Parts: sequence; C-alpha cells; structure tokens
Amino acid sequence: MIKRDVAGVKTPVWGKVREGEVPRIIFDQVAKSYGAVEVLPPFDLALDDNEFTVLVGPSGCGKSTTLRMLAGLETLSGGEIYFDDKPVSKLEPKDRDLAMVFQDYALYPHMTIAKNMSFALRLARASKSEIEEKVKRVAETLNISQLLDRKPAELSGGQRQRVAMGRALVRDASTFLFDEPLSNLDAKLRGKMRAELAEMRDTIDKNMVYVTHDQVEAMTLGDRIVVMSDGLIQQQGTPEELFNAPVNKFVAGFIGSPSMNFIEGELIVEGDVTSVQGAGFKLPLDAETSARMKTVQTRNVEIGLRPSSFTTDLTSAAPIELKVVVSEYLGAQSVLVTRCGGADVLVETQSAAPIKAGTVQTFGVLTDEIRIFDKASGLRL
Amino acid sequence: MQTANVNRLTPYLFLAPAALIMAIALLYPIGYMIYASFLDWNPSQRIGEAEFVGLRNYINLLSDAAFLESFRVTISFAAIVVSIEMFVGVGLALLLDRNIRGMSLLRTLFILPMMIAPIVVGLMWRYMYHPTVGIFNRTLKSLGLEPVPWLSDGSWAFASVVIADVWQWTPFIFILSLAALQSLPQSAMEASRIDGATGWQQIIYIKLPLMMPVLIVTLLLRLIDAFKVLEVILVLTNGGPGLSTEILSLRISRTASEFRELGEAAAMSNFLLILLMVLTFGMFFYNKAVEMRAARLRAAAEED
Repeated sequence: MIKRDVAGVKTPVWGKVREGEVPRIIFDQVAKSYGAVEVLPPFDLALDDNEFTVLVGPSGCGKSTTLRMLAGLETLSGGEIYFDDKPVSKLEPKDRDLAMVFQDYALYPHMTIAKNMSFALRLARASKSEIEEKVKRVAETLNISQLLDRKPAELSGGQRQRVAMGRALVRDASTFLFDEPLSNLDAKLRGKMRAELAEMRDTIDKNMVYVTHDQVEAMTLGDRIVVMSDGLIQQQGTPEELFNAPVNKFVAGFIGSPSMNFIEGELIVEGDVTSVQGAGFKLPLDAETSARMKTVQTRNVEIGLRPSSFTTDLTSAAPIELKVVVSEYLGAQSVLVTRCGGADVLVETQSAAPIKAGTVQTFGVLTDEIRIFDKASGLRL
Repeated sequence: MQTANVNRLTPYLFLAPAALIMAIALLYPIGYMIYASFLDWNPSQRIGEAEFVGLRNYINLLSDAAFLESFRVTISFAAIVVSIEMFVGVGLALLLDRNIRGMSLLRTLFILPMMIAPIVVGLMWRYMYHPTVGIFNRTLKSLGLEPVPWLSDGSWAFASVVIADVWQWTPFIFILSLAALQSLPQSAMEASRIDGATGWQQIIYIKLPLMMPVLIVTLLLRLIDAFKVLEVILVLTNGGPGLSTEILSLRISRTASEFRELGEAAAMSNFLLILLMVLTFGMFFYNKAVEMRAARLRAAAEED
C-alpha cells in the first residue's frame, strides 16, 4: 500500500526514548495476531513528527490495536516500531515518553481530579510547586479548575472526558495518543470537544495520534489521515487528498458525509470522448479522465458521485434521470433519496422549491467530479 | 376504598412468613440470651425460676481476672492472625493474578484448607505438633535441633494456634482479594503504566487503594470469625496451658458447662456481640456516608 520508508534506520540506538525530543514514528512490517487469528498482517507506516495523524476505520479494522502497540499496551507479533532510529517494541510504555487519552477515560477512581492529573508528575518526582503550577495551568485551559478536589465518580461524562484530556496534557510527553476519546459523549458535546481539540492541535507542537471511527472527526482534526479496514491500511493522505482522490471504493464511501453514491455502468469509448452508460443516463467524462479510460481493460465499472455533485441547473451539466423516493427538506437544502436502476442515490440540492417524492426528475451531473471504480476490484481507475 | 387498603397490605402479607422465620430463628435466641444475661441462672433451674440480678453479671465480669485475661488473649489472637492472613493472602493474590498455564489448578489447591472442617484441622495440627511423633519435632530432631514444646509451653501454644489458624484462613482472604483484583478496571491499570508506574507503584498507588472496599469487608468478616474461633483451639490446646490460649468462646463454654453460670456466660456472649456490632455498624455507616457524599456531588455535577 505505502512506500516502505525506513531508510533512516541503520544503526538502532537502544535504550529509552529521550524526553523532549519529538520523534518520527515508523512502523516497520509490524504485525499482530492473537493465536491463530491474524488481526493485522505486516504493514509499514511512517508518521512525521509534530503531525496530527488520525487512524480511522470501522470498528474491528485494527486501528485501536495499532495505537495500543504504539503505546506498548499490546505486544507485537512481528516487525518493529521505531521512534526515529530507536526500536521501542521491547520498551515499557513508561519509557516511550507517551501520554494517552482512553476511550473510557481510565481515570483513577480513588484519586481526586488534581491527583489524577498529577499522578505521572508525582511518579516522576517533580517538585511540588512545579506540579501545582502545571495542573493549575492545564485545568484553567480545560475549564476544570473548580473540579480539582472532586473524585471522578462525582463528575458528569463530559467533565470526565476533560479530566482525561487534562491528565495527558499535564505531561510534557513527546507523543500524545487518543483512543476514540469523544465516542462516549453525546452529539452536542462531541462537536464542542472536537472544536476544542482542533484548537489545541494548532497550539501544541507534538506528535498526536488519534484513533476514531468517525470520519467527521478524522477530516476536521487530521493533518494526515490513515484509513484502515480489515486490518489493512487502505490509504493515507491529507483530508483533501482522501476526499478528492480516494484510491478505492472503500475510502471513497467512508470519507465524506453524506457518503458517496455508487452507480453501475459501462464504459463506452467513442472517438476522443469516453462516457459511462447505465440505467437512465449516459455521462460523458472530462477530457483527462476520458484519455485515462482508454487504457483501461475492463468495461464494467461503477461511478462514484458525491451527493453534492448533482445540480438542478442543466445548462452546463450532463443529465441523469432519477426517481425521487424520499425528499428531506432541511431548509437551506434538500436531501433526496432517489433510485437509479437498483441503487439508492442520495442527492443534495439547493433548490428553493421542495421536490415532491414519487416524481421522476432530471438532474445535472458535474462530470468532472465523477470517479470511476473497477466493478470487480473496487479500485479507482 | 376497601380494596385499596387490602392492596396496600399485600406486600406485607407476602413478607410475613419470612419475617416470622427471622423473628423465631434470629431475634428469639438473641433476646433470650440478652434476657438471660440479667439473671443468676444455673442449668438445673428453669428460666422462670432464676433470680433477676440486673447488671450484676456485667459488673462481675469487669473485675473477673480470668475473663479479662481471656479477653486480652482473644484480642491479640484476632489482631495477630488477621494481620498475618491479610498480609499473606493479599500478597499471594497479587502474585497469582496472572495468566500462566496451570494457574487455575494452583488456585484451587490454595483454597483447599478452607474447605476442611475446623475440628479436622485441629486434629491434623495436633498430630503434627505432637512432641515426639509429630512431623515438626521429628524434622527438627533429624536436623539435629532441639524439639519445640509446641503445645505445652504458653507462648509456643499461642504461636501454634496462630499458625494453624493462618494456615486455614489465609485462603479465604486470598480468593476474595484475587476476585477483587480481577475486577479492577483494566484501563486504569493501563493508564498507570503509561503514566510511568512500575509494578510496585501500581500495587501501592492503584491496586491496593482500589481493592480497599473489598479488603475492608474481608478484614471485617475475618475479624468477626477470629473473635468467635473455637474448634481448632478446643482440639489443639483446650485453652491451655494455663489461660494462654483460652479465647472468649472457650471461656464462655466453660462458664456455662463447668462453672454452671448461665447468666454470666450470656453476659460474656453479649459483651462479644456488642464488640462485633460496634465494628460492623461503624463499617456500615462509614460506607453509607461515603456513598451518599458521592451521589450528592454527582447529582450536582450533572446539573452543571
């Protein structure tokens, strides 16, 4: 999937990770299996230093396992993880200079919030004044100063989440790990915390590795996103790259909301123009895509169209006939569930007048936004 | 109106049999004992014939040197055995809380002593402590060491009963601690590893504090049991030599059967009962207070 990039690894330097240095994190042929069950076949992954990397994928894709191996909470079944040129897979979590936020917050139930936050500093024998100062500063930025004397059981879910975040931030770790930190919050709170995290991302120059199943979190937070599925890294790149140039159907369907529509069709080459023909449409492709399609062997394809790629303005767009099944009027826009052949197709329109369900409508398609996928392999052509 | 009343009474109707059995099986004997403690009563009399003497039995107890000595023996026995058992039991649990092949078999073996009837434990240890044919003295002899007067010297006898009790009851603390350990929140343990805790620091700062509620209940249960211990000591030393191992239960049983002072025996029992109740209620109210504080603060937090 990705280029193997462990060129910097020549003479491994053993020993614990030096504090303060923000390392590049390199997974070299890392694999994980539980007994006979292989959950992660060997993979490579390189995370640039000071980057906010999001591992995203549906549950069971191996993203959390990857993070836990990085943290040292799971052993590796093969391969090695390097921090710059230091192999770390044999190091205890504490020697990797990490801080982590857990999905269930993992607060120490018997300690007050202040003690929870300062636990690592106290273990490291930091001075009392230093501990106090750091806890106070982080508590203020997270708005939890008034909670410092309480126990975790006395807090609401959102407050606990903040404390978990605070406990990680108090430490000057070089790498911060987040394991679905927002998934236990209600939608409103999640949106708020997401915005705060995005703000934090810009102020902290450290490695951040964030695991989530929510593509919205991935898109809004990640400098770089690694999309995983079934234990395999499907694609990695910036949010824009993933959105505009997905390598396969999985990534295309996973990134973006509402998700991309897939409609079966057949490639037809007529002179210089290639088009895709299917039930109720014949869409000409733009010049660049047309040229590329000429070299393609297969004729059976699926076109990927985002709901936003449709328009009601037919003057400059290719027409497609869709039967409207459900019309969801949301004020500024409508989301239509339509049917094309056997497939459901979501269409976003800006049209002022509500569109009636049950009618057959002709929409325009912005042909330069069409993505073509091989029907058999799911790869983008 | 009539039906509503009947309906309201229904739950009590269903509760009545249980309440009745409770009253007969629990309250009646205790009430009987409390009443008896105010009587000068000897076993040849019916209870109605006994003379009512008010608090005389209790006052007598406070100046009865043998009772006070027995009380002291009981307290030190309970304190010593429970301390050792807690230390060893919790330690073993911390050691064996891991997934190694054969661990479940080992755990089962560890709790075997607890399953043996106390009388049998007493007999077993009495043979092992036997001055000439017991395994301990034979071993000492074969090593060329002096035999030890396990049961015939006051201090040694006390140590011997302590050893037997520790052998039998450490497993009780072990299994409860192990259960507590295995139900600790796993993610908090992982968080502490990330925060930099070593194995020992995990035990001291995370595991033990989190186990504390279970440990306190375990301690209390063991303490109550240790205060009432009878069979093993009865078989091993019968309280001797002298009064060196005469714990309260033995004293009570001798007061009733040998000295034929049922009233005084009842007073002693009440004394023990009050002691244990103070322990239990203290515990209970402490827990309640902690829980209520947490609930109140949580309610306040949810409102924020």
